[in-house]
Amino acid sequence: MKDFLNSWGISLMVFLPLVGALAMLVVPKAKEQFHKVVALAASLVVGFIGILLMTNFDYDASGRLQFVIDKAWIPIINSRYIVGIDGISLPMIALTLLIVPLCIIYSWNHFPEPKNPKAFLILILILETGMLGTFVSQDLILFFVFFEVVLLPMYFMIGVWGGEKRQYASLKFFLYTLFGSALMIVAFLALYFLSDPIEVGGQLMHSFDMRILPELATGISTGAALFIFGGMFMGFGIKVPMFPFHTWLPDAHTQAPTVGSVILAAVLLKLGTYGFIRIAIPILPGAAEKWAPFIGLLAVIGIIYGALCCLAQSDMKRLIAFSSVSHMGFVMLGIATLTTFGFQAAIFGMVAHGLITGMLFFVAGSTKDRYHTLDISRLGGMLKSMPHMGWILGFSVMASLGLPGLAGFWGEFPAILSAYNPGLGLNVAFFRVLMVIAAVGTVLAASYLLWMYQRVGFGVPTKEYEDDPHLHDVTFTEWLAWTPILVLIVVLGFMPNIIFKVTDGAVERTIAIVNGLGG
Amino acid sequence: MLAQLLTFAWNAPSVDYHALAPEIIVAATIVVLIVLDAFTGERSRWASSSVAGIGLLVALIPIATLAYDGVDRVMFGGGFVVDNYALILQALFLVAGYVVILLSTNYIAEGDYHEGEYYTLLLSSILGMMVMASARDLISIFIALELVSIPAYMLAAWRKRDQKSNEAGLKYYLMGVFASAILLYGMSLIFGITGSTLLVVIGAELGSYVSSQPIITLGIAFVLIGFAFKVSAVPFHQWAPDTYEGAPTPVTSFLAVASKAAGFVAILNVLFIGFYGRHDVWEPLMWVLAALSMTVGNLIALRQTNVVRMLAYSGIAQAGYILAPLAVAGATLGTGGEALRSIVVYLLIYAGMNLGAFAVVLAVSRKTRSGDIKSFGGLFSYAPTLTVCMTIFLFSLAGIPPAAGWFAKLSIFSSLTSAGTASGYILAVIVGLNSVIAFGYYGRLIRVMWMDEAPDGDRTPIKVPASLSFALIITVAVTLVWGVFPGALTHFTDQVNLFSLLR
Repeated sequence: MKDFLNSWGISLMVFLPLVGALAMLVVPKAKEQFHKVVALAASLVVGFIGILLMTNFDYDASGRLQFVIDKAWIPIINSRYIVGIDGISLPMIALTLLIVPLCIIYSWNHFPEPKNPKAFLILILILETGMLGTFVSQDLILFFVFFEVVLLPMYFMIGVWGGEKRQYASLKFFLYTLFGSALMIVAFLALYFLSDPIEVGGQLMHSFDMRILPELATGISTGAALFIFGGMFMGFGIKVPMFPFHTWLPDAHTQAPTVGSVILAAVLLKLGTYGFIRIAIPILPGAAEKWAPFIGLLAVIGIIYGALCCLAQSDMKRLIAFSSVSHMGFVMLGIATLTTFGFQAAIFGMVAHGLITGMLFFVAGSTKDRYHTLDISRLGGMLKSMPHMGWILGFSVMASLGLPGLAGFWGEFPAILSAYNPGLGLNVAFFRVLMVIAAVGTVLAASYLLWMYQRVGFGVPTKEYEDDPHLHDVTFTEWLAWTPILVLIVVLGFMPNIIFKVTDGAVERTIAIVNGLGG
Repeated sequence: MLAQLLTFAWNAPSVDYHALAPEIIVAATIVVLIVLDAFTGERSRWASSSVAGIGLLVALIPIATLAYDGVDRVMFGGGFVVDNYALILQALFLVAGYVVILLSTNYIAEGDYHEGEYYTLLLSSILGMMVMASARDLISIFIALELVSIPAYMLAAWRKRDQKSNEAGLKYYLMGVFASAILLYGMSLIFGITGSTLLVVIGAELGSYVSSQPIITLGIAFVLIGFAFKVSAVPFHQWAPDTYEGAPTPVTSFLAVASKAAGFVAILNVLFIGFYGRHDVWEPLMWVLAALSMTVGNLIALRQTNVVRMLAYSGIAQAGYILAPLAVAGATLGTGGEALRSIVVYLLIYAGMNLGAFAVVLAVSRKTRSGDIKSFGGLFSYAPTLTVCMTIFLFSLAGIPPAAGWFAKLSIFSSLTSAGTASGYILAVIVGLNSVIAFGYYGRLIRVMWMDEAPDGDRTPIKVPASLSFALIITVAVTLVWGVFPGALTHFTDQVNLFSLLR
């Protein structure tokens, strides 16, 4: 078993969704039931392989890359198919494996217009391959390919199944991310050519191997490293998204179908922050140190700016989208401190934000299904007309504003705290100022979320929805899709160590690289 | 007396028939086509497309054996060389030509256009390209270029009762002749200074002139500008959109892929063998041509409403990407080799994805009888397979994995950054920004196909003829396989080198 997982596990997990998609491709789209069952089965089998991997994962050595597969891929540029899992990628993979089947279950009975479950589910499966591939890649070119593959299905999902302004939103999403990744690939190649070559088969070649690049990149001059980091910053920062590159996010989220929003918020945004932790910072710690104050500043501006925008929104989904900008600001602040504590908080924040904001988008989608609007002023009295849904919304709102005892707290609070003692060589006073401003952000978060909940949940239903027969409470498929997330939010809130323990070793190792070679 | 004179003047060169076999086979096929056309009635004209296609495929056999043999064969005093570089490009021309024949079969037969003549001219043009890949002498390069171009002028005007087609042919002809004149003038200057038409000799001579001689600069610039017309680089691109739009679509695909590739091959030959020593002259020229072509091409493409015109401008932009590595190719032999290989990779991938895109345009216009982008509306609802194919090609052209275009672009980026110079990095960033602009129009076409309604509500499925389907299968397979396993491509292009002739 262990041998099998070691040599095949990750490849199987990454490419099985594609096998499912291929099987669906050859069956006519009229057989909807077949497509749903195959898609769900594929995502569940993938999840099962993931669980096997996780149970066989050596948690005492989470800093070590496990289940590594290393095969030749493009020999001429010495780019290899290298995949593996360590403590940093594991939580992200687990999140992806959880969210995808839940999205398929949620879609079961209400596919957004224009229906066509076959195409929709194929896109979700391709997305899953792209996301998992990004999290396991240990080669820059392989990473880049998966990073880009994720774009395509999301583009179609927003563009075909989205809201009224879907075409504008999908193109904006695509162009923004494409712009970032174009600069990122130039940065990757500059890194490749400027780093020290290694011996491959008797001949000196450069390498894209993320495992050894931190060592090989030490010789790069500070000026060049700053530019390379800048290119990566554009690629990852736009994906996060960081202020001022966030403007694609509200449009994409508002126009995307519910499931698209959920996947976008839960996993896609994390590709950016993951890139910082996995690639940009460990490979170029010197440049990261120079960039960190700037990143921290943008993160805090994002926190405050996102929160203020939330206060001005009249559309529930747009509000949640802007709250994402704000929450990802906390994650980026944690990363900018370049400390073990900050990184841990960031990774926890990524998982927590994925669960909570994903949940909020689920609820927003179901609300839209019933009210046919998300205009906050027209909603109201949800607790009266649909008590269960109202409670779930309330619960998610509390989690999102960082209530202790729920998952959101462990992402936000340590991130703020980590800024008190930033890593080696960073300006302490500056980061403490950032910390204070970020703390104000949590107050703002409470105010916009509670204000929204007050207007949507409390009170009596407005006239137009008083006796609306469409307002039925949470359905069976919705329960099925939501329960795991709700349970996890509580469990992680009480036992944050589940994640901290996994990430600990890997983060320690990353920070050791940063400190050992940085400055 | 006469016999004496003859033996004196005619010193037969030793001919390696194995090395010439691909060209001989294609030439023989041309003869068979002419005979077939002249001595059979109207009813058996259909055979000409099959004969032409089979001829091209048979010519691939000696290419395979030559590649397996792996020895560089030099003939005619160094003017004609069969090496890995020539072989891989000849294979490209043959396969691209074969796909063009597949695209033409129904179009030409149904339009009742003179089939025999059509395929004769098409194969003549392909023969010119094959000679171009091996030509290492100014005169043979020029002859090859004319052999490529003159049949193409006639093909562009093939729909002779259509005004636009006549315009296409005439414009292409006039601009082509103009470019040839400039080219010849440049060649004569180079010949005057170096005293030879052999590229190797020219390379050695030019390299030894350290001081800047204006006449050398002029000669190099004229030769390159002459070729820049052929590859439709900005500002020498004006003929391309009109010609592409007016010409029959299969011919357009031929011009946009094979004919353009032949122009690039000519540039590579003269630059890397003849002018390599004077990179101070051509590097800045190439930088400007590349940056202008991609930026102008992409910006104008954004505003097109006709699919073929859009692809024409996209082709101009792609020409810019292909020229880009030449802007840094002179730094060292290492970066030069890198640039050469990246261009060959790009040409191969470009041929696959662009021919595919034209195949879909052809298939769709069989139903809609229109080249308007709007006529693609709702394609996904009634022709999902064609839509998926077109989407793959467009993503490939935009350079997004896993379609092969990403690797082509990566090679360009990689060769630009490998030079490590500021101008290389700046050009790489310009290429990057242009990829974003380009998605504006590729994405728009995708959007129209997937997200718009059919313009007239007509949702009858499209019947794709067998030959077109086969062309689509080839191009999709190539685009995806090379995208996922670029190693399958670099395994061959890795062997490409033009410096073996330089000492």
